[in-house]
Amino acid sequence: MILRLLLWVLAALVLGGIVHLATVLALPRAATQDAYSRLAPMAPVNSMVQLAAPTAKAAVMPFMDPAFAVAVCRYDISSGPLKLNAPVSQAYTSVTFYTRNSVAYYAINDRAAGRRAIELDLMTPQQHAQMPEEEDVTAADRLIIESPTNTGLILLRALAPEPGLMPMARGALAGAQCRIDPQQQQP
Amino acid sequence: MLAAAIGLGATWLTLTRGVAFGALTIGAWTAWPKSGSVDIDPYARATIARTGELPTGTGDGVAFYAHTDDAGNVFDGRCSFEVSGLTPAARYWTLTLYDAHGQLVANTIDRHGFTSAEIVRDAAGRFAISVAPRARPGNWLPTGGIEQFVLVWRLYDTPIGVATGTTKEGPMPKVVRKGCG
Repeated sequence: MILRLLLWVLAALVLGGIVHLATVLALPRAATQDAYSRLAPMAPVNSMVQLAAPTAKAAVMPFMDPAFAVAVCRYDISSGPLKLNAPVSQAYTSVTFYTRNSVAYYAINDRAAGRRAIELDLMTPQQHAQMPEEEDVTAADRLIIESPTNTGLILLRALAPEPGLMPMARGALAGAQCRIDPQQQQP
Repeated sequence: MLAAAIGLGATWLTLTRGVAFGALTIGAWTAWPKSGSVDIDPYARATIARTGELPTGTGDGVAFYAHTDDAGNVFDGRCSFEVSGLTPAARYWTLTLYDAHGQLVANTIDRHGFTSAEIVRDAAGRFAISVAPRARPGNWLPTGGIEQFVLVWRLYDTPIGVATGTTKEGPMPKVVRKGCG
């Protein structure tokens, strides 16, 4: 009798474990309030948009750093590679690439980029493989990033070391661009 | 029925508590450097999908979270805390105060945090930040008197969390409760 009860409890625990793992793994696909969904209404595809600074009343996402000016590019590279061009601010600028499901797969800052502007080409692994070989050689000083997904987010962030420098940080982001490369666009 | 309850209960618990593997804890501060890379674990992925935040990318920086002081006292906005000492090597850092849901907290001077560039330090490079409900001299970070707050220390352009297998990552700033009410 007791053994039978124990067996039922054990079965429930094992099944419970399976339910737990299945829900954890399925959640990122089912989420409706993830960063991409929050940004979709305000960020048109393949263009750079500055986000409103977070305040106590409203913030696009939780845990945003209020010391940064932020611009976002919601990309879709299914029709061709994307060109990102971002002038560097005086203090600190970084670019982070996220998949559709908010996985940060690549991040670089102004020092690592090593120039006055951060210039990147974003493409799928297939588009990278299709690039003509000689172009790949001359591309030595062009940074190519492979996106694991066709859609995702690029977050461009410029630090305002003091609140008074926020207009400078926002000004630096205003010159940033992301667009599908017209030369490589596929019909 | 019981199985479903156990499974969903465990999922809810792990996601609301923010369980993730690969935590790096220094004093009161905990970071999950893997959450800013493709090595992010399923629990952290599910948590991020639920809350809607975007993790700090590994090539950008690392974010340390604190919910208590060094002695384990929960951050109560009606109490005063002091954050002081030295910080690890980084080009810039920011300290920000949020409520438990990651929203900024309203206060009279419109201050939600400090950056390394605006902090007042002593001759040895040490600093002290008063996290308190009422105005303090020096670096005052208002709590707004809320029931529970979270401090997030973000290091930008830093070797912390990138180098693997090192346990002596410190020093992180000390957090001490100074009194309540």
